[in-house]
Amino acid sequence: MRYAMAIDTKKCVGCSDCVVACQTENNVPIGHCRDWVVEVLDGTYPQLEMELRSERCCHCENAPCVRCCPTGASHKSDGGTVLVKPHKCIGCGACIASCPYDARYPHPDGHVDKCTFCLHRVKEGLQPACVATCPTKCMYFGDLDNPRSDISRILKNRKWKTLIPEAGTNPQLYFLI
Amino acid sequence: MNPRVDPHLEIWHWEIPLYLFLGGLAAGILFFAALSFLLNREEKASTAVRITPHFAVVAILIGLLALLLDLNHKAYFWQLYTTIRLQSPMSWGAWTLMLVTPLAIIWSALHINTIFPSWEWKGPLKQLEAFFSQNKKWIAWAMLLSSVILGVYTGILFSAFNARPLWNTSILGPLFLVSGLSTGAAMNIILSRDHAERSLFAKIDIGLIGIELFLIVHMFMGFLASTQVQIDAARLFLGGPYTAVFWVLVVGMGLIFPAILEILELKKFKIPAAIPAILVLIGGLMLRFIIAYAGQESRWLY
Repeated sequence: MRYAMAIDTKKCVGCSDCVVACQTENNVPIGHCRDWVVEVLDGTYPQLEMELRSERCCHCENAPCVRCCPTGASHKSDGGTVLVKPHKCIGCGACIASCPYDARYPHPDGHVDKCTFCLHRVKEGLQPACVATCPTKCMYFGDLDNPRSDISRILKNRKWKTLIPEAGTNPQLYFLI
Repeated sequence: MNPRVDPHLEIWHWEIPLYLFLGGLAAGILFFAALSFLLNREEKASTAVRITPHFAVVAILIGLLALLLDLNHKAYFWQLYTTIRLQSPMSWGAWTLMLVTPLAIIWSALHINTIFPSWEWKGPLKQLEAFFSQNKKWIAWAMLLSSVILGVYTGILFSAFNARPLWNTSILGPLFLVSGLSTGAAMNIILSRDHAERSLFAKIDIGLIGIELFLIVHMFMGFLASTQVQIDAARLFLGGPYTAVFWVLVVGMGLIFPAILEILELKKFKIPAAIPAILVLIGGLMLRFIIAYAGQESRWLY
């Protein structure tokens, strides 16, 4: 099992519903977020191109946060997801400094917090909150080891990219372009 | 986005650079204490062996306090000692401190008479002291090795983060080690009352400063010959916001100027030996602060 997520940058309208859905589902403290929307504008007027990306933890295969964690609080879980055990986390901040995507934040309770791919929902057969909420249906989540899953099919048929592949992290968050 | 990562990372504040400075300082002090002892220079470098190590204990204890203050989940600090994680520099550091701290305390206790001349250990402590005295050579060897690991680790803590291009250079390990040794030598110069010992550590310090300057030049050469993100990281110091503080406070006032003063002093000019030594200490502290803060401003572009 290899969980991954793909976001269609051609369909995303940047409404931030995914952000609010995540904050509600996961009780994310005010002022923080586990996912966020990035708006990248390229070119010179009038030849402009805009890309909208709903970003979150990339659940990297080669995760620097898991490597640098001194207690093992940051760890690999089901389907390659990267999770944090709050009771093992000392809040040293090493994982926050190690993440090239800045996907982690210090929770007011002391531990570090981040996207979990909503594993608690996935285990019940549901989609992650952001995916389930997206009004344009621009997000896909599933198992890459299953060739018939939505995500396997969409990544086979569409052009895609990952963020900073040169960082060597092998991210599992794909952007359809 | 998250308030501590936008517009740039702000996860580590004064605690980490202060700790890295004190850790490096303690490493330098313990290194010279052990080395002088093992080379049978206990009389010639008596301050380094018998007096300065007391300050290493103080430095380590303040450093540990700073480390604890830095944690967001302070009550869980003991989780560091439930596991050994070879890929995590912070785990290495925690375990190295577990080794260095008792060694420094033992060494300091063996020389307690330099602070309290009439002190006498009693009861089981006396037997313990006798045991450590007999095995002083082994303690010195352990101190020598663990102080080098401590000194290198203070730099590797940063260099292991590929997400922060300024930190992601393996030169930081040796640079922080040499800087730590230099601050250790400076402490010996400040505390020593013996002119010959001061001259010895001034000579050592000049050599260490030379190596530091060499490593700094190489660090920037490496950055400028690397990828765009590391070129941008170097530009923080080459025209960017950290240019003045780094080149004036670290390289100028913390390395070149004290080296010139130390050379002049060796050439018999009347210069109080403590002045270059204090400048070296301030320079070492500034180096840690600047690298810690500038590194959090350097990032990947995407």
